[in-house]
This record gives sequence, C-alpha cells and structure tokens, in this order.
Amino acid sequence: MKSILEYLEQSAERFPDKIAFADEKSQCTFAELRTQAKKAGSALARRGCIKKPVPVLMEKGVDTIEILMGIVYAGGFYVVLDAAQPAGRLGQILSTLEAELVITDEAGTQLLKDIPRAGETVDFRQLLQGGTDDALLETVQMQRQDIWPLYVMFTSGSTGVPKGVVVSHRSVIDFMEEFTENFGITHQDVLGNQAPWDFDVSVKDIYAGLKTGATVQIIPKQYFSFPMLLLDFLEERGVTSLTWAVSALCIVSALNGFSYKVPGRLRRVMFSGETMPVRHLNYWRRYLPDAMFVNLYGPTEITCNCTYYVIDREFAAGDAIPIGRPFANEHVFLLDENDREVTDPGREGEICVSGTALALGYYNNRRQTELAFVQNPLNQSYQELIYRTGDMGSYNERGELCFASRRDFQIKHMGHRIELGEIEAALEKVDDVVRSCCVFDGERKKIVCFYQGNVERRGLSLALGELLPDYMVPNVFRQVEEMPLTKNGKIDRNRLWSEYNESLLKRKRRI
Amino acid sequence: MDELMEILEEICPDVDFESETALVDDKLLSSFDILSIISEISDAFDITLTPAEIIPENFNSADAMWNMINQLRN
Repeated sequence: MKSILEYLEQSAERFPDKIAFADEKSQCTFAELRTQAKKAGSALARRGCIKKPVPVLMEKGVDTIEILMGIVYAGGFYVVLDAAQPAGRLGQILSTLEAELVITDEAGTQLLKDIPRAGETVDFRQLLQGGTDDALLETVQMQRQDIWPLYVMFTSGSTGVPKGVVVSHRSVIDFMEEFTENFGITHQDVLGNQAPWDFDVSVKDIYAGLKTGATVQIIPKQYFSFPMLLLDFLEERGVTSLTWAVSALCIVSALNGFSYKVPGRLRRVMFSGETMPVRHLNYWRRYLPDAMFVNLYGPTEITCNCTYYVIDREFAAGDAIPIGRPFANEHVFLLDENDREVTDPGREGEICVSGTALALGYYNNRRQTELAFVQNPLNQSYQELIYRTGDMGSYNERGELCFASRRDFQIKHMGHRIELGEIEAALEKVDDVVRSCCVFDGERKKIVCFYQGNVERRGLSLALGELLPDYMVPNVFRQVEEMPLTKNGKIDRNRLWSEYNESLLKRKRRI
Repeated sequence: MDELMEILEEICPDVDFESETALVDDKLLSSFDILSIISEISDAFDITLTPAEIIPENFNSADAMWNMINQLRN
C-alpha cells in the first residue's frame, strides 16, 4: 500500500452511499468524498504540488476533508492551521513552510491580508468547482512513494518558533493497521471527532473512518463548553466510539454531564494527550460500565501513539494509570542518563521509540531534527533511528510502562503540548518586561508567570494574547522586584515556585 | 456584581463585559474561558452548576450570568 488514498478508494467501493463525514450542517458519502477530492486534486495537480506543503486555514468539517484528500490526490501534504491563533504565530508557521499558496475561506482570506509573505490565498470552493483530470492524477499516482509526507502538525518550540512535525503515508498506514485491528473498529462504528484537525489526535478519527468505512461525526468545538449540547449530539448521531484528548473527557466529568444524559450507543472511550486523572476516569466508568477504556500514549513525532493500555482493573485516586505496552511494529524502551537500557521495575529512563512510525523530522529545521531523531545508542552495527521523547517513564511490577515526568520544561495544559520557553520568548517581546520565568502549577492547572518590569498584569496579558494562542497565555501573573538567581546566575525556578506556594498558603489561612 | 465583573475581567481582560450581550454566540469566549468562569464563580459564590444551567443563554452576558448566580443562591 503506497498511500492512504487506498483506504478512501476501498471504502468508496464497499460503501459508496454510506456517510463518510458529517458536521453540524452537512455530510458527504464515501463516493462523494472521493469525487470531490479528485476535483480538488486535479485543480491542485495542475499547479503542481508533489511533495510540497499545502496549508489549509479552515475549520474542521466536510468541506475541509474534501480539500485535505484533494491535496493528497495531487501528491502534496496538508498542514491544517488554526485561525484562532495570533497572526504573528500564523506568520511564523507560514514562513517556515515557504508555501506558495494557502487554501482558505472568506474569513481566512481577511486574516491572511495582515500577514506578510503568506503566499497566494485560494478559496476552497474554487478548487471543488472544476472537473476531474484522471490522466493527470494518474501521472501523480505513477510517481507516488509511501515515504511521501501526508501531513505536517506544528507543536510548541522552546526557542519560540513552532516546530512542524512531518509524517509520511507509510507511518500512518503502519499505525492505522494496528490501531483499528487492536480495538476492533469496524464500519459499524460511529466515531465522534473532538480533536481539532491541527492536532494529531484527529488523525486517528480521520483514517480509522476512511480505512474501516466508519462514519466520522465532527463535533462542533463550541459544544465542549455546554454538556447538554454535546451529549445530545452524541446521542442523536449514534456515536459509538470516542478518541478524545484527556482534557475533553474531563470537561464532561467536571461539569457532571452524565447527570443529564448517557449516550446509549457509546461502547469505546480512548484518551491521550496527558495523564488521565483517576477521579475523572472513574466517573466515566461508573456511567459506562460496559465500555472499553483505553489509555493511549505518544508524541506527534512517532505518529499518534506508540503504547496503549486497555483499562482492565480498578484504580484509586493517586494510582498511576499505565501507558502499557507498544503497538506492534514499534519498539519502545527506556534509556538512562548514560544511554544504557533500563529494564528493571521502578527505575526511570527516557522513553525512546524506533520503527516505521517515526516522523520524517521537523520541516525546514534540520538542527532540531538531529537533536531529537538520533541513532539508537544500543546499536553500533547499522543505521537505526530512534526518537527521544523527552518523557521519563518506568516499568511497574506487572511490566507495564508508566509515564513519570518530563525531562525539560515542556508541559501539558488543556491537552496542548507547550514549551514554557516559547511563552518566555513571547514575554521578552513585550516592552518593559525586564526578565520573566514561567512555571506550571500542575495541581491547580495554571501557568504561572513571574516577571520583573514596570508593566501591569492586565496589559501584559493583553500583549501576550497578541503573540500566543489562548491556551499559552499564563493564568497567574506575579510581579517580582528582582529575579532570584542560582549560584550559576540562572533564574532560580525552585525559589520562585516555593515562594508562590507559600503565598497561596498564606492567602488560604487568611480566608 | 462587582465581584463577578472582577472574575470575568481577570479571565478575559480583552472582552468588554459591560456591553457585550452575545459573548457565546459571537465566540468572544473560548471553551477554556467558559470553563474557567464556571470554576471561578462556583468557588466564589459557593454554588453548584448543573448541566441544565450550563447553556449558551446563561453565558451570553454578564447580566445573564449574574441572574443565574442569584437564582442558584436562593
């Protein structure tokens, strides 16, 4: 199999009239999706986009999947961009891509006017209007290789510039074969898509649907603030399976959504993105006692997930839910600080991954690629690349892998992977900020910013809103007279952190 | 009402809560903002919001939120 288009084509043959994707207002069958994608593909192939990035600035939806598949027919790879992020960040991403065009709608066209060197904007409707040029698509098909990129997903970068993870067809096929088989996803499933499409959690929905012939029901983003809307949608659309970010599942439990309604056909709940709090997992299990629950682990760089754990026992608050064991065809192992393998239970090591699942690195960023994708230090004999996740893990007594912590200053907040360094780099751009330091209060789920400089917290928060996505703007601002320093002259994070905790305790005592 | 305004301005300093009446419908509040508001007002006013209260109409304006809070306090 050379490309994921074979998934689409097989499903279009088997289930031509079945709904492939549906959103709030529209839907398309597998046959329609193939037809529309070929139209867009023909228009794009005429421009020539083999092995080129094609940014798509659109909300997730039926139109968008037609465009994404069109890009793939034309031999290009898609980069879905979130219109809600600040123009500055969007500009950074577009200049990294050096793309000639951006596919978008009216709102996106307006937004892109303010971004220098954004490339030509193309209205997506224009691409779906023309005919299909089968001969042209055939010439693309003749050249196709499974190592061609399928998509690029951008993640936070510690230097202040987002990094674009490039993933090939081969890696997605490798993962999807295992993923659908392992958890028994079939054409009878209805997948409730929560993840935004600039997140690789969505890859599991899109390709599980295309591969098996399951319908993907795209849930509007706004529904996640309002449990009644969300649960009505899941019930009315007959959703059977969720592959959601942990933070999305926690919304339902935090707002006690199931006191209103429990969707009757739901039988599989899979989650990833951060550690699932046991209290929230137990809430879900109480209302869905017969459903399968799966903890999935892995960064974008290894194509969605590299390990899984099917919940098979009770957990009490404070227990660690394992990340389990590797998917077939992936090798997941721990290395200690001297690059020796850790196999005994209880000892921590960095989680490392090898296999077809490895991404092709970071787009136009050779330096960062070479730092993260390296030769397996355990193999002196031939080339074997591994990805060093930066996550620390250990085996429990049952031999299951468990996540422990991060090795650096990357955090998980609201399902987003964030480098605190990227926030600090943005703070440096704000006038009057002399120095700054951010820490993450994991217990209270707040990003805390300490800063030195003559600026009010409201002004600072507003300025950061222009530079960073919402979820990266700190929740708490603390002005300090002077940054405490360590002996080596670095900002003393530990001292800031303990002073912050003391001040919270004092406040509690006052109340 | 002052306490509510303080909470709202802390969470979303760039939104004009005095005059906006379509905070949800015009997408001025993100889902994260709404969750933060729910959590902060639950703590501050010692109330429990059920799914029946967490609907767009109750969050479209500061007045709507204030009415909801008062109903729950009684």
